[in-house]
Amino acid sequence: MAAKKLNIKDKYRLLTRDLDWDFSYEDRKQAFPYEEFEGIKITDWNKWEDPFRLTMDSYWKYQAEKEKKLYAIFDAFSQNNGHLNVVDSRYVNALKLFLTGVSPLEYQAYQGFAHVGRQFSGVGARVACQMQSLDELRHVQTQIHAMSHYNKFFDGFQEFSHMHDRVWYLSVPRSFFCDARSAGPFEFMVAIGFSFEYVLTNLLFVPFMSGAAHNGDMATVTFGFSAQSDEARHMTLGLEVIKFLLEQHEDNVPIVQKWIDKWFWRGTRLLTIVAMMMDYMLPNKVMSWKEAWEVYFEEAGGALFKDLARYGIRMPKYAETIEKEKEHISHQAWWTFYTHGHAAGFHTWIPSDKELDWLSAQYPDTFDKYYRPLWELAKEQEAKGERFYTSGLPQLCQTCQIPMLFTEMDNPNQNSMRDSVFEDERYHFCSDGCKDIFDEEPEKYVQSWLPVHQIFQGNCGGPGVEDVLSDYYKMNVGVDNMDIKGSPDEKRWNEWKGIA
Amino acid sequence: MPVYALNPGYKGERMDRVENFHGNQIVYVGWDEHRMFCAAKAFPLPPSMPFAAVIENIMPEAFGQHPEFSQINWETAEWLLDGEPFKPQLEASLEAQGVGHKSMVRFKTPELQGFQNAGV
Repeated sequence: MAAKKLNIKDKYRLLTRDLDWDFSYEDRKQAFPYEEFEGIKITDWNKWEDPFRLTMDSYWKYQAEKEKKLYAIFDAFSQNNGHLNVVDSRYVNALKLFLTGVSPLEYQAYQGFAHVGRQFSGVGARVACQMQSLDELRHVQTQIHAMSHYNKFFDGFQEFSHMHDRVWYLSVPRSFFCDARSAGPFEFMVAIGFSFEYVLTNLLFVPFMSGAAHNGDMATVTFGFSAQSDEARHMTLGLEVIKFLLEQHEDNVPIVQKWIDKWFWRGTRLLTIVAMMMDYMLPNKVMSWKEAWEVYFEEAGGALFKDLARYGIRMPKYAETIEKEKEHISHQAWWTFYTHGHAAGFHTWIPSDKELDWLSAQYPDTFDKYYRPLWELAKEQEAKGERFYTSGLPQLCQTCQIPMLFTEMDNPNQNSMRDSVFEDERYHFCSDGCKDIFDEEPEKYVQSWLPVHQIFQGNCGGPGVEDVLSDYYKMNVGVDNMDIKGSPDEKRWNEWKGIA
Repeated sequence: MPVYALNPGYKGERMDRVENFHGNQIVYVGWDEHRMFCAAKAFPLPPSMPFAAVIENIMPEAFGQHPEFSQINWETAEWLLDGEPFKPQLEASLEAQGVGHKSMVRFKTPELQGFQNAGV
């Protein structure tokens, strides 16, 4: 009797490479129209090594098992009022930032991988991208479900998706992914698959997931565990893409290097919010941003780029600037949110004296000199009953869309400002890195939807900032925003915990 | 190359053309080495506005919350317009002295070092 089941090797072949077919009456180039315009040369797609070694049927089986365990824990978390086990009500603001700023990126990653999973003419890459696409969709769903419990008890979670598309600081992560998704398929893979998922992912997920573990948030920790094996697969795909491109043709090397330079810079700018979350928003600290950068980029990334040197790839441009900025960016970002606390979708606060001392110890070369005085001033103002909320709207960087809050590393008291004139119009940048990206493709970045300018053009409702916040952003003004002191979140927390 | 696009001749929409601001132009103002304000600020201003009005009306709105603001001596302030040294003419309009759409106006107050003399 013939075997009813295929052996593993045959099954793998039939369910991956054998899914492709030759085109007998259509032009293959027309079927894959995005494959050449970026200048990348592929000589033989058969050299692609499948990074996952996984067929679709086993994929569904593994993922279904993980889902069952995950949702069992979510149910238990919810039934046992798991939100009461977090360290204090400040912690939950890190989750609000995650849900509005990061989870929608998972959705954009799902869309992006689905797109390139259609556009590559190599079937191995298509199948891998399809699986990653499904992973990303699963991640956004499980994150929303993990945090939906908090939405029942805390403010600021209710309009995360709407906010992601509109709120001034959320245009930073949003435009990051829009940039990658509107690039060609190979740039998308270097941007997201390699630079983000491989080089920088540990600086995003480890801080949030360890932060959850250190601060009593079982729901988020469990999501993190459930995503971990997916993330490991994504990292192998990112690395495979780079090696494949570099081995296919020597002309690919300078193009890939240019993309690594660009996306490393864009990625580190985006991670500024993680830096701030680690140093200021977690009541129980995991490690400082500076230390995380040293462990996960300088050590791990350093080894990776040593390995890539044999292909002619060097360290990303401006890595040495970022090495200096690790001493500064978290402080600059939290100060920005603290002073714009009236326009943020979460609560902000002055660090406690104990936290200020922790920051001094973690940042001996910069904190007392440059940043403690900011908090001394904030305390003075608060004591006078004039909690400082800055007036007006900030200047934004045309490329990363972050307020121009970064400073010169040879004079950290002075904001860093660069500009370019393109076709008689002036554009402003926070850094040489962002200016270079604009100068390479100005026709792309003239289209930046800068929230401050959009408000002035009258495209976000108004006339006042408060109208924009409540009507256009759908923030619950006076509830979702402002200082944690005196907030409804804090009041409820104190009632639950019996704190006078 | 101004853009890597699928189709040759691709042009992006300029989102911040001066025509989009209803008769105003964007002007950025920044007070150097005063980090109480995390970044320079943006204002939509009529190009015909005299510089004196910027000092009288816009500067207090932008920076009046700073404890040193009342001590600023506008006579001795040092200015940069789009990165170049600049001497504002108080009675002339923004337009007439080269302050254009999305120009960056920075000033330095050498005698004021910020809160706790720390550049704050």
